Amino acid sequence: MSDQTLITADLVDLDLAATERGAATRSLAERLAAAGRVTDLEGFLADVAAREAQMPTGIEGGIGIPHCRSAHVTEPTLGFGRSNGGIDWGAADGPATLIFLIAAPEGGGSEHMKILAALARRLIRQDFKDRLHAATDPADVADYIRQEVTPK
Amino acid sequence: MKLVAVTSCPTGIAHTYMAAESLEQSAQAAGHEITVETQGSAGSEPMDPAIIAEADAVIFAADVEVQNRQRFAGKPLVQTGVKTAINDGPGVIAQAEAAFAAGPPAETSPAAAGTGGGGMATKVTSDAGLGTRLRQWLMTGVSYVIPFVAAGGLLIALAFALGGYEITDYVPEGSTIVDVFEWGSLDSWAALMLAIGGTAFGFLVPVLAGFIAYAMADRPALVPGFVGGAVAVEVGAGFIGGLAAGLLAGAIVMGIKRWQVPKALRGVMPVVVIPLLSTLVVGVVMFVVLGAPLAALTEGLTEWLNGLSGANAILLGILLGLMMAFDMGGPVNKVAYAFAVAGLSTGTEASLQIMAAVMAAGMTPPLGLALASTIRKRLFTEPEQEAGRTAWLLGASFITEGAIPFAAGDPLRVIPSIMTGSAVAGGLSMLFGCTLRAPHGGIFVIPLVGNPLLYLVAIAAGAVVTAALVIPLKSTKRALQQEAVLQAQEGAPV
Repeated sequence: MSDQTLITADLVDLDLAATERGAATRSLAERLAAAGRVTDLEGFLADVAAREAQMPTGIEGGIGIPHCRSAHVTEPTLGFGRSNGGIDWGAADGPATLIFLIAAPEGGGSEHMKILAALARRLIRQDFKDRLHAATDPADVADYIRQEVTPK
Repeated sequence: MKLVAVTSCPTGIAHTYMAAESLEQSAQAAGHEITVETQGSAGSEPMDPAIIAEADAVIFAADVEVQNRQRFAGKPLVQTGVKTAINDGPGVIAQAEAAFAAGPPAETSPAAAGTGGGGMATKVTSDAGLGTRLRQWLMTGVSYVIPFVAAGGLLIALAFALGGYEITDYVPEGSTIVDVFEWGSLDSWAALMLAIGGTAFGFLVPVLAGFIAYAMADRPALVPGFVGGAVAVEVGAGFIGGLAAGLLAGAIVMGIKRWQVPKALRGVMPVVVIPLLSTLVVGVVMFVVLGAPLAALTEGLTEWLNGLSGANAILLGILLGLMMAFDMGGPVNKVAYAFAVAGLSTGTEASLQIMAAVMAAGMTPPLGLALASTIRKRLFTEPEQEAGRTAWLLGASFITEGAIPFAAGDPLRVIPSIMTGSAVAGGLSMLFGCTLRAPHGGIFVIPLVGNPLLYLVAIAAGAVVTAALVIPLKSTKRALQQEAVLQAQEGAPV
């Protein structure tokens, strides 16, 4: 599996309708399931919820990163949603507008994990966030993210 | 300034790297050099020791135990959670500057040097909830106890295998093994192993209590923990008393450490004042507060059991089973066991049945947990899986203590499971009318059991019931999360 497939246009939702954490996660997870990257939607959501219950994954600066390792994931995948109204993700400074659903397979190889590590590092870079806020086309977003996380 | 940092989080795919990035950005912005070791799932490359040697200060931004933290011992240290590092990188860097200005830590460095490594779960530093931390404290105690259980238990089992169940009477009353030991006698060797194994078992509760306290409050808590555990043994409070002693000792030391003391006293706090005060308090509580009620409880339970002698046999078997498994060597267990052994001297059919039921019930807790940890490995921590491998033999030898590592680490899920399993074994043994004329020995005394095949069926049923209960209980989401944290803490990538 090449790293080119971390995210594709159909895994991007630039106008996330959900207003609440669970619903937002579910709507992104449904995209992952539709793309065949998640084999059991409910099982996967339970795994995400388990991680979220440990400590909310909201980060200051308007970011939510629900994530988990799950047996129901076939390859490292990113689902991206932008919420124009913001969704409370447990961060101290207010709701999250950029939601990254990170799905890692159980026991994924370390090459795959490096891509997710690179992604995680981008998440707190201001230029990365600015670009995602400004984006208008899902395909552009997917291209941009793929290009950013490709090992250089 | 030169900084080094370690970041790690429970899942190891997101926060670890975000924290690393945040610290790198913030350090550069403040004009410092920083090297970050990400202990995440992309594999962790240990930092070059030369870089650590040159570092002026160390930052741990970790929600799970930093691996091999002794590498960083002696440096000014900032400890925080990953989210703080992500949300407020500059603040953490500022703390590191302050730590550097304050100089190397006087008290924390030797303690830090003692933790980590060796595959043992060690102390806990995180923003985790109290429940998770409690479980980590208990697991730390458990991980240190397991070698004692294994070494002591296997020696005792070997003693029974070589010397038969009468081996406990080999050393006459009033003398010691030294007086009667003969190099050429197999029984002598067996009795010697029994004595050594018994001595090792004598450490179980003190080590458990001592390292629970250590996990909570570092080295100063070792003394009150060990002493409290030893008092728990002295007053017959068993491993549950040990859990209480360890937690109490840790909590007291944690409390004392918060005191603001004059600078002149600070040097003697960890080596004199804290151990002295906390040991005194723990000792008084364990002897006085716990001792008397326990003695009363033991007496009351014994009387109650004696009053039940004419009761329905199966019900009695179930009851004795519940008691045997409740505290494994603690007061309730002892009452049930003593009740059975006392009956042996009468030699009646009923008393032989009671002995059989009690032994079956004492064998199923380790067997059931060994079974569960074999078929559902991932529900158990690495140390527990190791304990599971020896628990087969310990259970088969009627060494109920083999279950203590499991019960001490997760009492609320494990104890009800093993009690139910033992109740099944005890009840079935009574139902089948099995008898036993030896007070211990496990499978080695099967030739002395009346109705041995059905007896084995009763034991197997009890073990299966134990496993069938503990697996779903440990599979609940909450349990799994705690496990994930613990696994990460032990250094296995989650």
